[in-house]
Parts: sequence; C-alpha cells; structure tokens
Amino acid sequence: MSAIAEKVWDVVVVGGGNAALCAAIEAAESGRSVIILEGAPKTYRGGNSRHTRNFRCMHRGPLSVLTDSYEEDEYFDDLIRVTKGNTDEELARLAIRTSEKCLPWMEAHGVRFQPSLSGTLSLGRTNAFFLGGGKALVNAYYNTAADLGVEVVYEAQVTHVEIEDGRFNAVEVEIAGGAKQRIEGRTVVLASGGFQGDIDWLARAWGPAARNFLIRGTPYNRGVVLKDMLDQGADSVGDPTQCHAVAIDGRAPKFDGGIVTRLDCVPFSVVVNKNGERFYDEGEDVWPKRYAIWGRLVAAQPDQVAYSIIDSKSANLFMPSVFPAVQADTLEGLAEKMGLPAGKLRQTVDAFNAACRDGTFHPTELDGLATEGVEPQKTNWARPITDPPFYGYSLRPGVTFTYLGLKVDETARVTMGGRKLENVWAAGEIMAGSILGEGYLAGFGMTIGTVFGRIAGQQAAKGAVRGENSHAA
Amino acid sequence: MPLDQTRTELSTTEEARRQIEICNACRYCEGYCSVFPAITLQRSFSDGDITQLANLCHNCRGCYYACQYTDPHEFQINLPKALAEARTESWERFAWPGIFSGLFQRSGVAVVAALIAGFALLFWAGQALRPESGEGFYAFLSHSVMVAIFMPAFLLPLLAIALGLRGYWSEVGGASVRLSHLKRAFAEAARLKDLSGGVAGGCNFEKEDRYTNVRRWHHQAVMYGFLLCFASTGSATLLHYVFDMPAPYGLFSLPKLLGIPGGLLLTLGGLGMAVLKTRGEKELGAPALWGGEMAFVLLLSFTGASGLALYAATGTALVGILLPVHLGAVLAFFLTAPYTKMVHGFFRLAALVRNAQMQEK
Repeated sequence: MSAIAEKVWDVVVVGGGNAALCAAIEAAESGRSVIILEGAPKTYRGGNSRHTRNFRCMHRGPLSVLTDSYEEDEYFDDLIRVTKGNTDEELARLAIRTSEKCLPWMEAHGVRFQPSLSGTLSLGRTNAFFLGGGKALVNAYYNTAADLGVEVVYEAQVTHVEIEDGRFNAVEVEIAGGAKQRIEGRTVVLASGGFQGDIDWLARAWGPAARNFLIRGTPYNRGVVLKDMLDQGADSVGDPTQCHAVAIDGRAPKFDGGIVTRLDCVPFSVVVNKNGERFYDEGEDVWPKRYAIWGRLVAAQPDQVAYSIIDSKSANLFMPSVFPAVQADTLEGLAEKMGLPAGKLRQTVDAFNAACRDGTFHPTELDGLATEGVEPQKTNWARPITDPPFYGYSLRPGVTFTYLGLKVDETARVTMGGRKLENVWAAGEIMAGSILGEGYLAGFGMTIGTVFGRIAGQQAAKGAVRGENSHAA
Repeated sequence: MPLDQTRTELSTTEEARRQIEICNACRYCEGYCSVFPAITLQRSFSDGDITQLANLCHNCRGCYYACQYTDPHEFQINLPKALAEARTESWERFAWPGIFSGLFQRSGVAVVAALIAGFALLFWAGQALRPESGEGFYAFLSHSVMVAIFMPAFLLPLLAIALGLRGYWSEVGGASVRLSHLKRAFAEAARLKDLSGGVAGGCNFEKEDRYTNVRRWHHQAVMYGFLLCFASTGSATLLHYVFDMPAPYGLFSLPKLLGIPGGLLLTLGGLGMAVLKTRGEKELGAPALWGGEMAFVLLLSFTGASGLALYAATGTALVGILLPVHLGAVLAFFLTAPYTKMVHGFFRLAALVRNAQMQEK
C-alpha cells in the first residue's frame, strides 16, 4: 500500500459512487493521474448509486430510450414543485441543461439504458433507466476507469482532508482498518455522500426517533469527510436536521434494503399506528407523489411504526412486495399477528367502513371515492375493508439521503468562509443540498452526481496542471 | 418473516422461488433476457412456474453482476445459480428412464466411460463383423451393421427426450402450440437472444462484469456446427436411399459441403466453450454439474474433430482406426444425450415456446 502513498497524485477522488467515478473518468481522460479512495469493500462499492435505477434527463426531442421531449422549463418546474422553491436556481438550471449532454457521455462510457420498466411507464419520457440498475452503471464506470489507468483502493476510509491556507495538500486514510496513511494530491474531489449511515448523527440531528429509522442505502455513507470539512470551516448548505425519508416495509433490513422494500399499498388501505388509530388521509394522491411524505408521517407516530391494512379486494392492485403480507381470515386475527390492539383496530375499521360511500373505484387515477364523516377523511380509493382474507404490512421510515452538504459554486468548487478553496471540488450527495433543499425528484440525484462529478473532474484536472506548473516554477 | 431465516433448509425450487419473488419486487433487470419480463407477469409462482423460468434462463449472468443483493447482502441473490440448479433438477425429474437421471449430467467420468464403451463396441463390430467387400469406410464396417447400431441409437434417445418434453409441458401447464409460438421461439433460439444480454450487447462470463459476446459466438458455432453435421448425415441418408447414391461422397457433394464446415464449427466452438468454462465463475452455475458439462462439450468437440480426421484420412489405413473412434464418439453422444447437457437445447426450446404463449396472452 505504501506505493500509493509515495507519489503525488494529480487528482485524489474521495468516494466511489457515480459522482466520484464521473470525476475520476473525466480527470483521467485529461491525462491526469487519478486515485479513487472508496470507503466500501469491492462488493459494496458505489455508495447509494448502486441502488439507483435512472437518470432524469432534459431532452429537446427523442434521445436514446427517452421519448418525446422534456425541456428545461418543465424540468425546472418539476423541481420547484418538489423542493417548494428550496433550490439554487443557477446550479439547478446548470444541472438540468447539462443533463442532455450527459446521456450520450454516459453511453460512451459504458452505461446501457433500457426502455422504461414495467410499473414505471409514467417515467418513460423524463427518466432514462439503467439496464440492470445502478450497480450495473457503477460496474461500467469502474471498468472504464480501470481502462483509463485510474487506481482504485477499496475499504479506504478517508478520515481527514488536509487543508492549509485555502489549499488542499493530502488526505489521511485508513485502508482496510490499517494504520493511517497520508496520500498527497495536487487536487481533490470530495464525492463521499451524506451522513445517513451514521445513526448517532441522525439521532442528534433529528431526535432519538431516528434510531428506529431504516436506511435504504449504503451503510458506508457515514459523513466522515463531510464532518471533517465542516469542522474545518467549509461552508454548508441544506438543513442539518433533515433527511429524506419514505415509508417502506417495516421488516426491511436496517441498511441497504434498496428498491425492493418499497410498499405501494397505502392508497388502497387504512393505515393505523401501533394503537390502532388512523392518522392521515391514505388516499390524498397517487402513491408516487405521496410515498415521501409518509416517511415523515410514520416517523411522527409512536415507535415510528405504522400498519397498512387491506382486504382481498386490493391484494393485487400494487407492485408485489419483497416480503409476503401478514395474512388472516379475520381482522382480529390479523391484529393479533401484527401485535395491534384487536378491539381498537376493529373499531377503527368499522368506523372507516361506515364512512365509505358508493361510487366507482379506479385504482390508477384519483377516483374521488371518499369517506364521509370520519376523521381523518380518506379522499380517494375509499372502499370498505370487509372481504377476507385481510392483509397487513408494517411501515417504517426509510432514509434515502441527508440534505446537509458542502456549498459549491457553478464549477463545483468548495468554499470556506465565503472564499473559494484553491483545489477542492465536491460532487454528488455531499453537495446535492445546494439544489435539492427539500423533497426529491426521481432520478435527479444521479443527474446532480453526473453533471457535477464531470465538472469537478474537469476542473480538478485543470487545477492539477496549474498546481504542477506553479510547483515547477 | 425475515428472508434469511430458513434459507439453508429450502429445497432447490423453494430457493429459486424466494429469489424470484425478490426479483419481482425489484425489476431492474428487465432488459437482459426473457426471464424477467416473464416474472413480471405473475405475483406468485407455482413449482411449474419455477421450472419454466429456470429453463428460460440461459445463464448469461447479466442479472448477477447487476444485482445489489448478492452475497454478502442478506438477501443472498444468485439467480443464475438458483435457476441453474432448479433447471438441472427438472431435467433429472423428466429423464426417462429415471435410472439414468443425473448420471451423465453430473459425472464427466460417466461420459468418458460411455465414450470408451462406444469405442469398444465399434472396434468389436469392426473386427467381428468386417465386411467381405465395400468401398470407402464401408470396407471397414458395412452399411447394414451401421444401420443396425445407429438406427436404435438415434431413435431411442429421441423417444426418451420426447417423453421428457411431455413431462415438461405438463408440469409448466403448456397450452396447445400454434405456429406463431414456434416462429417466435425458433427465432429467439436461432439468435440465442437470451444469451445476448439484451441492450447490453453481450453476456457476462469469462470477464466477470464486462459484457462480451465470446460465449454466445462459440455457442452459435457449436449449435450451427451440430445442425450442419446433422444435416450432412441426413442428406447422405437421402442420397443413399432415395437417389441410390451410397458413400463415399466427394468434396463437392451435399454431405461434405454441410459436414466439413459443420465439423469445423462444432470442433472449434466446443473447444472454445471448454476454455471459457475454465474462466467463468463456477458458483454462478450449478457447480455440481461442472464436470459433466465439461465432458459433454469436449465430447461434442471430439466428435466433430474425429469426423474431420476420418475424412482427411480417406483412402489410408488410418480409416480402420478413425472410423470406430468417430462412430464410437457419435454413439456415446447419442446414447447419453437424454441424460447429458444435450437436453438443454430441447428444454430451452420448449421454454421459449411456452414463453411465447405466456407473452401472447
């Protein structure tokens, strides 16, 4: 390992996900020497990118697998809607505009796209799906990087970024739990993600309830580099207390459950907390527009858990889930199996059923089939829960990412005390809070990572040349 | 119920079902092959469904390298292996007579033993039943003896395979076959579509997560080589019986024009497959079958090579040795065919036909 510590690298890339790889590939293609320090072992490389599946892409006409067109203003409007305006317009528009050129670049660097997946047809115009998902994309980029001579070190946890007088000199890194080493570089790209893998940090930020949250992605995003930079005075963006959490299957693993833990049954169900009480309109909108708020709703319930209950009428109306539903022939039986108070559940469901009205049920659109006289009201898809067998799923908040990040400019340069650092750039989740201040737009994380990863890599490559010249002079 | 609780106690079919249900909740791999679009047609999977999906899988491995749930993830997904094992078990279940089930498929030694037995029989026949006269190789073994040996050695295995296919069709709930199903299935088989990785433009084998077409091309060589050799023999049979033109045939005869390229493709493709097999990750197939599969592909290659050698030796004394060697290999190949990897062609084709039916609905 000492070999990598003996030379001065042109570009040190901290992290090993999409943004890091895009940066490394760009810098290597400029002829720079590049080292990737990936915190995860090889089998788990790629950070949260390995769980992604698509890239939201602007296009003025049909492009690769994308149909029709998706222009800048529509894209930006979509972003404004989910972030409620909590975005940096200049950076957001830069990401959106550049995305169109990124898709062919991705294809040229090994990424394969497939037509929109079954069950996601609504995204066929706006989002290009990776064949095989994000891990296949990550694999393709690692292969491309290897072909370009990029050095990759796995299980390399960077513990400190050495910055003196606004200038980066080296990183301190522990490789496979070994002794600290110092790796010198002319420039650095920080692309090591958020801090959602550090439960203690989450609990400090959000409150003790966060200990009951599940983390949908990698356990390796522990925010070590982010914290180190903030401790040194790097400027931050994003609400430090907030994370993006969606409602997922409560039986999912603590980490890395990914896409399969999603549960789409809520709109067709009644959702109760552990006391058997309903607490929110389950039919407010179609699920793709509501799954994100349910993360917060469940987080606010006792023990951060909720239970979605359907009857046989609705059993096949949503994408199959990875865990089989708990099933019983009576509501009381279901309550017992799920550890819910049977009497109270019966009372809640009876009250709900009595409030259901006749009308036409339409599972794929807002059908206006609403309850009357029950609180909270269910405003769509309200059908009585009456036909056995009954099915239940537990729900817990599943954290996707955290908002706190490093502030960057349009060249992905990191600032400290309002002053640009000479040779430090950031890309991906670690700076996404600049653009995604709130909410989430499907496939936009990969857009930010790709656009700013490439920019950071290009800038670092130029910076390394400058650094070399100034040292030679 | 946590998914990892009882995994070690699951049967092959149950393990495949466990994994397929996870795949059905994910669906990232839809673009690779026919298996994933077939999975999305259903929410629950009977044993017959698992058999069908297992035989639809061509072991291109794209899904394994793309999967975020492979070892050491607790979901422990290795779909190529799970389906390879379910597939193998299904062939053993359908093998007729059951006494041979698994023997040649699992054991390379048994394949070699069959080959030696084939040599022995042919050498014995060559010695004991040597004709008084005859031209070309008929000088060493008469046409009637060859027919006496190879007619049953060809028809009996075909009968066994047909019975196996009948069992398959009933287990997967196949409907009556229409021309459109056959057209689609044969078109897919002809291109080895499910070994293409879909838009990946290659499968994953000898270079881990890099896509290449090397295995597909070699498989194409073996498949078309085999079919050309088969057509060569078929054409010779027609020439013999219908046109009264017995062997030997010259270079510009139909049997030779089909047989020589066929033999070359079979020999080289088979060798290539064998070399690739040493480079692919064993644990992404059915590891217990590795030896049997290797022996099978080498037997195919050897059959092709010995046929070419026999032709090259025309008119020399070597024919007396090469003829029983080649025919012994052919005999071993045919007799073991219902119980070796050879059956994969038949069952995969049946799976493609069934898939055409399912996708049409």
